[in-house]
Amino acid sequence: MPVATDPAAQFTGFAHPERIVSTDWLAAHLGEPGLVVVESDEDVLLYETGHIPGAVKVDWHTELNDPVTRDYIDGAGFAALVGGKGISRDSTVVIYGDKNNWWAAYALWVFTLFGHEDVRLLDGGRAKWEAEGREYTTEKAAAQAVEYPVVERDDTTIRAFKDDVLEHLGSPLIDVRSPEEFSGERTTAPAYPEEGALRGGHIPSAQNVPWAKAVADDGTFRPPVELDEVYRAGAGLAEGDPVIAYCRIGERSSHTWFVLTHLLGFENVRNYDGSWTEWGSAVRVPIVKGSEPGPVPQR
Amino acid sequence: MTSDLPESLAEIRDDFLALSQPDRLQLLLEFSGELPALPEHLKDHPDLLERVEECQSPVFIVVELDGETVRMHATAPRESPTTRGFASILVQGLSGLSADDVLAVPPDYPQMLGLNEAVSPLRVRGMSGMLSRVKRQIAMKRALA
Repeated sequence: MPVATDPAAQFTGFAHPERIVSTDWLAAHLGEPGLVVVESDEDVLLYETGHIPGAVKVDWHTELNDPVTRDYIDGAGFAALVGGKGISRDSTVVIYGDKNNWWAAYALWVFTLFGHEDVRLLDGGRAKWEAEGREYTTEKAAAQAVEYPVVERDDTTIRAFKDDVLEHLGSPLIDVRSPEEFSGERTTAPAYPEEGALRGGHIPSAQNVPWAKAVADDGTFRPPVELDEVYRAGAGLAEGDPVIAYCRIGERSSHTWFVLTHLLGFENVRNYDGSWTEWGSAVRVPIVKGSEPGPVPQR
Repeated sequence: MTSDLPESLAEIRDDFLALSQPDRLQLLLEFSGELPALPEHLKDHPDLLERVEECQSPVFIVVELDGETVRMHATAPRESPTTRGFASILVQGLSGLSADDVLAVPPDYPQMLGLNEAVSPLRVRGMSGMLSRVKRQIAMKRALA
């Protein structure tokens, strides 16, 4: 039984306002049957220091990734993971996290790979909840395990692999990394550890739209008119365009995937989770250095 | 196995390895809470602290030599408990050791704590970066002394 959506005025201009909730809405709906709140952070211990009452934790490194292959867990693994956290197939799941919801958006995208119907982001994430002085607890939520069906992951609709990107060249690509990573000056986000890409630069023809252009200072998403300015006027995306977004490992581009798909209503957006750590190390794929997108390579 | 680790570091390793995976995370959280505040003489001198670029969160360290005795200090934000935990392990495990002993700590000490499964190898790498910077500071300060 889905929980009512947030009718807040600031969301009405979004293509899919049902995908986002405000801190006010969440505070008012905490504990409602059918609602499960999930915290997903970059920092694996942050949840333990305090979280929204009743929230369960999902860690991207240790839970959503397959421990051996560079891939996500499979349908059985996902069913066991989320069922164990009290999430049923018809639960309304609201995800929030640190760092402007990077990993929350990543978790939401993985839930979507498994076709979980009702999954939403908390606008502003952990930082906003905290800034507003709302309630936190260190008490670990005692989740009642429930049955979750084993659903095959759909890797064709919102996920792109390296070969898909090669096929896609000529259609819009959005590189959401920092300008320094885009130009090839560095291969990691400023102040981030080296994650092993052998070459610097970007995929030819990609537009550089750092993910943070989608958020205001308080971590909430910018209003539709400002997002249009960034992605339609700025990056030249047009209605009906197929788009692939990428970053370094696919987490920041999940955030942009969310913006393009759920806030702006683009219907064919894929996240290339291999991203620069794959492309920048792959043999004989085309790369452009410098701050210009560069031409589409001849095939 | 690695019996030549300084006692303080061996003890921390043994404490972690004696625990189940979820309890290791809990112990790391305890270390995080124990990271001492910067001493007075460093509080207003951010210029004396070195940023650890290998860590995903802002963490700053400084190593002082009191004769041949090492004193390590670190600061990391409250919203980065994992990084704070790593810093705290090193502050507690290295402070009071001789410079020679710290330089001899195996670079893969962070891998010996059994945290790869609970925390993930990528995150543990941040601690290795911290350790190598500690050693570099000691070597530089010795050369200047």
